Amino acid sequence: MEWLAAIGRHVIDVLRSLGHHATFFWELLRTLPASLRRPSFAVAQVHALGNLSLLVILSSGLAVGFVLALQTYYALATYGAADSVGLVVNLSLVRELGPVVTALLFAGRAGTSLTAEIGLMKAGEQLSAMELMAVDPKSRVLAPRFVGGIVAMPILALLFSAIGILGAYVVAVLLIGLDPGNFWSIMESGVDVRRDLGNGIIKSIVFGVICSFVAVYQGFEARPTPEGVARATTRTVVISSLTVLAMDFVLTALMFSTR
Amino acid sequence: MSKRSTEVLVGLFVLLGIAALVFLALRAANLSSFNGADTYTLVAKFDNIGGLKVRSPVRSAGVVVGRVTSIALDPKSYQGVAKLDIDKSVQFPADSSARILTSGLLGDQYIGLEAGGDEKMFAPGDTIKSTQSAVVLESLISQFLFNKAADAGGPAAPAATAAPAPSGAKK
Repeated sequence: MEWLAAIGRHVIDVLRSLGHHATFFWELLRTLPASLRRPSFAVAQVHALGNLSLLVILSSGLAVGFVLALQTYYALATYGAADSVGLVVNLSLVRELGPVVTALLFAGRAGTSLTAEIGLMKAGEQLSAMELMAVDPKSRVLAPRFVGGIVAMPILALLFSAIGILGAYVVAVLLIGLDPGNFWSIMESGVDVRRDLGNGIIKSIVFGVICSFVAVYQGFEARPTPEGVARATTRTVVISSLTVLAMDFVLTALMFSTR
Repeated sequence: MSKRSTEVLVGLFVLLGIAALVFLALRAANLSSFNGADTYTLVAKFDNIGGLKVRSPVRSAGVVVGRVTSIALDPKSYQGVAKLDIDKSVQFPADSSARILTSGLLGDQYIGLEAGGDEKMFAPGDTIKSTQSAVVLESLISQFLFNKAADAGGPAAPAATAAPAPSGAKK
């Protein structure tokens, strides 16, 4: 009968962890107005999370644009629809790949740096020292990083999509030799600003909240040892990635259902 | 890294994001085409609207002059009622006709307006009287099969009444 008790313990642990996540999220939201009174911290975080991720996001976007254009060209050329390469690449990027791949890269690059930084602060007892000085660590340390991540993610996703489309243009028009006028006009007529671009932006904001929250939570709740920080960092990447992919399915089903 | 240069870099980052958004919205999506600045509404009733969707274009001579804003079913006459927003700079005679056409072979459907010859123009809110519904593939196929059957039934009758000699048959 030991396994029955073990299952019960496991379920209660999961529920407790879920509740802890929820209360943490609520406390983070509650400290947001106070922390935004000194916006220089959030601005510094946008720089650390956004600007410093530009290299990886832009180069990935360019590469994804190249590859997408090539693969869709091969597939469409058999149906004589090669001129629609721009449209297919645009829709794939703006609706799905832009927000999702950017979120995965963001979790890997910015999320891990957030978790490691906060975990090391905890290991070095800086957070406890702040509490002793009556400075709320959530408002001083966590909230600016949370806000910085939410601001940086949509911008990075848009840049990913834009540079992906430019990369597709380079491959389709300059390398393969498709007609540039057709490339842009078929794309323009097939992509809807509200439905495709708008939904993509909403997705990237939601993913930004998820990645920033998971990174900040894992850093704050890490065990204050080097091993604890390392495990928290890997947990950030895994949990962010899985949650982003699950939410992507839910959001896609909600937003792009055929009516 | 001093605080001021950080802020400048973040400002550049946000500016880059806005530029990407503007590029995507204008050059890579359909924002710049028809915006509905100054429009008037016309109503068109069809027996079958086919695959027409809200925001489908309204074209005259191939040029986009408006958009479909709503599609509903008239509960009394069981016709599909489409409301069209037409650009105010284009006025149509009161006997213009509307047809549902397909762009290309398998493309999206749109409403084609053909200008009539009336001197009076449509007033905002008018109903387009002469409309032609969308082509339904099944009716087309059944019509084709019916014609084929009618053609086959014609020459088969005289061949049956004639003697089994093949010289009697003409067709």
